[in-house]
Amino acid sequence: MSKVYLALQDNEESHYIVEAVEEDNPAVTVIYQPAMIRMENEGQMVVRRETVEEKMGRDWEVQSIHVNLITLGGNVEEDDDALTLSWND
Amino acid sequence: MAVAAITDNYAGERLDRVENFHGNQVIYIGWDYHLMFCAPVAFAISPDTPFDRLLEELIPGAYSQHPEFERIDWDSVQWILNGEAFTPELDASLAAQGIDHKSILRFNTPGLGGIQGSGS
Amino acid sequence: MSPKKLSLKEKYSLLTRDLEWEYSYRDYKEIFPQEEFEGIKITDWSKWEDPFRLTMDAYWKYQAEKEKKLYAIFDAFAQNNGQLNVADARYVNAVKLFLTGVSPLEYQAYSGFAQVGRQFGGVGARVACQMQSLDELRHVQTQIHAMSHYNKFFDGLSEFNHMHDRVWYLSVPKSFFDDARSAGPFEYMVAIGFSFEYVLTNLLFVPFMSGAAYNGDMATVTFGFSAQSDEARHMTLGLEIIKFLLEQHPDNVPIVQRWINKWFWRGTRVLTLVAMMMDYMLPNRVMSWKEAFEVYFEEAGGALFKDLARYGIEMPVYAETAIAEKEHLSHQAWSIFYNYTHAAAFHTWMPNEREMDWLSEKYPNTFDRYYRARFEHWREMERAGERFYNPTLPMLCQTCQIPMGFTEMDNPTLIAYRQSVFQGERYNFCSDGCKDIFDHEPQKYVQSWLPVHQIFQGNCGGAEMEDVLAGYYRMNLGTDNLDFHGSPDEQRWNHWHNLQTAAEQMKKAS
Repeated sequence: MSKVYLALQDNEESHYIVEAVEEDNPAVTVIYQPAMIRMENEGQMVVRRETVEEKMGRDWEVQSIHVNLITLGGNVEEDDDALTLSWND
Repeated sequence: MAVAAITDNYAGERLDRVENFHGNQVIYIGWDYHLMFCAPVAFAISPDTPFDRLLEELIPGAYSQHPEFERIDWDSVQWILNGEAFTPELDASLAAQGIDHKSILRFNTPGLGGIQGSGS
Repeated sequence: MSPKKLSLKEKYSLLTRDLEWEYSYRDYKEIFPQEEFEGIKITDWSKWEDPFRLTMDAYWKYQAEKEKKLYAIFDAFAQNNGQLNVADARYVNAVKLFLTGVSPLEYQAYSGFAQVGRQFGGVGARVACQMQSLDELRHVQTQIHAMSHYNKFFDGLSEFNHMHDRVWYLSVPKSFFDDARSAGPFEYMVAIGFSFEYVLTNLLFVPFMSGAAYNGDMATVTFGFSAQSDEARHMTLGLEIIKFLLEQHPDNVPIVQRWINKWFWRGTRVLTLVAMMMDYMLPNRVMSWKEAFEVYFEEAGGALFKDLARYGIEMPVYAETAIAEKEHLSHQAWSIFYNYTHAAAFHTWMPNEREMDWLSEKYPNTFDRYYRARFEHWREMERAGERFYNPTLPMLCQTCQIPMGFTEMDNPTLIAYRQSVFQGERYNFCSDGCKDIFDHEPQKYVQSWLPVHQIFQGNCGGAEMEDVLAGYYRMNLGTDNLDFHGSPDEQRWNHWHNLQTAAEQMKKAS
């Protein structure tokens, strides 16, 4: 299985997104590097709107992840409720 | 292969035709295993230049800063022209011995392994 | 009652697909004359997917938000004299190389995506290209804004655009983009959208920018990450393009594979510059080039090509060579620029003892064995007042245009030489990858504008090096070029920080 990854700018908003990703993807590895946070997971990773909203305590649109996004690896699937990264092995 | 192009029979202008060098041709010289000089060097010189001018002027001008340069035994140097072993004629011109436009002339100096034997 | 909010999918459909119309009075081929000549077969443009389903209204909204954040940081950086807080003044030379070598490529990408977007019959692809084109324009603008602050305090930045078109080492990135833009629209998309954006730009924008942050350069890291947030979308687009082409027709597979091979190799050669920026130009180091290559090419690229295997796509043909070169690339590149800093618009230097130890630790297989003795010798020469500069112009590769400083991976102290003869004329290359590219389309690469040959032909301002460097390139000689030690940049830096140069310390001691 290959790893998908998602890197975000290290800022306040991203911290909530990372918390949400950790909750929804228990096996995720989170790596803190200067000014960035890199998350890796085997095969698949999902960022769920509901979980992020719960962590932030306010409404959050999945597309607004673009504001804090640095890079990603994997096939992307995005709709109103989630952003999913995956590899087909 | 032909270039996939929107026009038929696409052909490009050869930018480095020998005619563009005002009577000179380009030659490249490389001293093997002496990477203190990061890459082979390039000269634009007349094809009528005799080979010994390379030894007397061009090569010392390019390479004499190397601590091993003084120790080169020129009689034992192995020459390679465009990938083939080559024995230069010192008095003959470059053109007369097949050193043509954009040829690569390498020399290998057995026994000299570069700075502390590192190939530098 | 408020109108029902559209779902992403509905909105995407209305604001992209629904913008298309039937062509009733002109022939399709007249409208899209470049769609077929490359041999790519498209049977159904409606299969094109944009996974982010980004529409123009959302695009403007999020881009505006990114810009506001970015400019708040630029302002704070300038107001707080951020230039004083970078790790040391040597670091700024990486910024110089970025501005002269990379930022103009963003402009080329802007222009390129606008051009190819016009050529695609599918509306989804056209909208995606339009957004990417605007992104790239934003990147070049924000980069110039960010680095204009450094231009007030450091040398070598003022003529970046003029230099990009003329200076010998800048012909490397420039010719890379010229090559892509003069290809057909599908090759351009594979070259830039996939091979460059997906497989390679991570190496520039992620570990290097993280390094910029680690060296106190908040302005650069911020424009870097802000640009990269667009790149994440570009990468996704690049991957979708590949999948779309491969699914459209089996005849597309070998064409796409050849483009991947070609543009992977072209890209790795351009990234030679980034390798040395990471290993040599960041005084505080986050990770080595080798480590970055392992994470962002071997691991990420490996996963990608495993995913594409179901279409019959394989790893780029010279991936193995590139992987072997990760042990050597930055050292060979730094050697090239150390040799020719007298002809460059930025400074180089020999790493200090601590930095050499770091290189030894990060490159246990190669640094001590092949490079350390050379560097120590150069350092000795400098101490003796005879800083080494190569007095002769270098031989360049016909394809990548980099000085021929790369070596054989099975004999790392021997320069790699490759040669082809075409229409009676010799052409020389640094690698099998570059030779293959030439051999496939010689009529294209006989046109390479090789800076050294152009100087010999008398097309670069004159016969003397000063004519070329000061006149044609517009370098301020003695200021922009030469070693960092002794440069006006160093003197100003030391003055700001009340430091003494090595020369001053010697003088005081005596």
